[in-house]
Amino acid sequence: MNESHNNTPEADSAQDFAVTIRNMHKWYGQFHVLKNINLNVVRGEKIVICGPSGSGKSTMIRCINRLEEHQQGDIIVDGTELSNDLRNIEVVRREVGMVFQHFNLFPHLTVLENCTLAPIWVRKAPRAEAEETAMQYLERVKIPDQAHKFPGQLSGGQQQRVAIARSLCMRPRIMLFDEPTSALDPEMIKEVLEVMVELAQEGRTMLCVTHEMGFAKTVADRVIFMDEGEIIEENSPEQFFASPKHERTKLFLSQILEH
Amino acid sequence: MQQETYKPGEHPDLPPPSNTIGPMAWIRENLLSSPTNIVMTALSAWFLYEIIPPTLEWVFLDAAFTGENRDECRAKAAGACWAFISERFNLFTYGFYPHESRWRVDLSFLLLLIALVAVLWDRAPFRKQGLYFACAYPFIAGWLLLGGYGLEPVETDKFGGFMLTLVVGVTGIAFSLPIGILLALGRQSDLLAIRLFSVGFIEFIRGVPLITLLFVASTMLNYFLPRGTTFDLLLRVLIMVTLFSSAYMAEVIRGGLQAIPKGQYEAADAMGLKYWTSMRLIVLPQVLKISIPGIVNTFIGLYKDTTLVIIIGLLDPLGIGRSSLADTKWTGLSNEVYLFVAIFFFISCFGMARYSLYLERKLETEHKR
Repeated sequence: MNESHNNTPEADSAQDFAVTIRNMHKWYGQFHVLKNINLNVVRGEKIVICGPSGSGKSTMIRCINRLEEHQQGDIIVDGTELSNDLRNIEVVRREVGMVFQHFNLFPHLTVLENCTLAPIWVRKAPRAEAEETAMQYLERVKIPDQAHKFPGQLSGGQQQRVAIARSLCMRPRIMLFDEPTSALDPEMIKEVLEVMVELAQEGRTMLCVTHEMGFAKTVADRVIFMDEGEIIEENSPEQFFASPKHERTKLFLSQILEH
Repeated sequence: MQQETYKPGEHPDLPPPSNTIGPMAWIRENLLSSPTNIVMTALSAWFLYEIIPPTLEWVFLDAAFTGENRDECRAKAAGACWAFISERFNLFTYGFYPHESRWRVDLSFLLLLIALVAVLWDRAPFRKQGLYFACAYPFIAGWLLLGGYGLEPVETDKFGGFMLTLVVGVTGIAFSLPIGILLALGRQSDLLAIRLFSVGFIEFIRGVPLITLLFVASTMLNYFLPRGTTFDLLLRVLIMVTLFSSAYMAEVIRGGLQAIPKGQYEAADAMGLKYWTSMRLIVLPQVLKISIPGIVNTFIGLYKDTTLVIIIGLLDPLGIGRSSLADTKWTGLSNEVYLFVAIFFFISCFGMARYSLYLERKLETEHKR
């Protein structure tokens, strides 16, 4: 464990979990976005979160690395409780990788520089070592030949694979995916999903907000359905798709699976 | 022309039709594309014909380059009397800087050139050493110009002419950018005290004309300072000019900060980068790049505003020119003087503008496929 390991009893009981969220609430001003979220993610578990737009699913996973602040309840990530303590936030962000809908690559840096930035400046890795690691991961996402180009010269699918490689370079224990394929052209979705399926086979904890139900069926250990800021239903993918319990889940599934 | 036919899926890439490329196509498209365009082209050609030959004649062909005074000039030629400028050239360049020490000004010009090459040209030989040198340059130049430590001291009231313009302009440019960046970041700070200070400073400075600030610098500051302290006038001017343009710079940078997508900050945060690291490596490089036109605009404004120091009795080239016109030997030659000063400022400012365009193109990484 790391140096800022939290020794409160709550944190101890959360140690077996990669992520623990307890009675968590969040408001945007008056608007209650997340209502009493409870979620335990076992180490190595792959979780797919789906739900209609505006249901709070992105907000929830963004709370896990504190891109969004929660106002009530506890979030414990890898044994570290997220509070206003900046050191804890730093520890969590070092261990949690994130892939965004719009890639958010740094346009003024080459692909390789995008990948080595955090290892060099956050992990204090020597440049040569960081570059070697970066090339390894770029190979894993099958674009080592683009290493010296700028993000703007790549297609959307390639950019998203770079973004995945960039997160992996920090060797995170937990990966968050926030609608990684939603901004992509249809013919590029597959190449990104293939990379994600490969990653899923490696034992890293993954939380993925996505509407790719095929992906959910292949890799998810658990599917979570959210609506209007609440977790409505959670189940194994087989159960979730075959026999959804809640009316809203049925409606949502019928809408996205129709065509 | 006969239309070739190809099977579906086998159509090759063909060159564009010959009447859409080449100089004739360019002329047709840009000069003669419509009746209005043809009229405008004709009017412009006539205008240039009326303006350029007489100007060239006045400036070069019919000009006198030697002579002791105005009358000798006039006797030789009807055009410009450049003898006046060449007689006063040293005054225009060095102001009242002591003759025997003018090599120090020349040397600091030369060193400035070396420092500029290192800063502006990223493939300059010995660039790394050059950049260190550029950081040390203000101190070296200060020592050379002011003297002391082995050199004959020179009071700043002897400074004048182009040298004064460069001292004020370069100092203002070098310091207003970093101060402006800090103010812009301060304006966005989460800490109320820092935010209030930045907003207050920017709005106060922007709300007051530079001339007023220079007057405050030259006269009123004495009331606030303890009796008997002397505070060099040129130094006060430098501080005021720098603060004035750093307030404008801050607003230019703020515009750039707001144009950076939120996702860039989020990606940097999600990686665990600290505030200053992500500012330095992620945000500011992008902000400075998109703010280049505004930054250079502020630089050019500052550079030209250095002529305002005449108000508080410092003689920049314009001031030297005006006082030279009072010489009875050379009365009435204001065209020559102002054109000369204008050319100097134009070269400096146009140079900055062109460099900024070059820089913008060089840093364009986003859309080059």
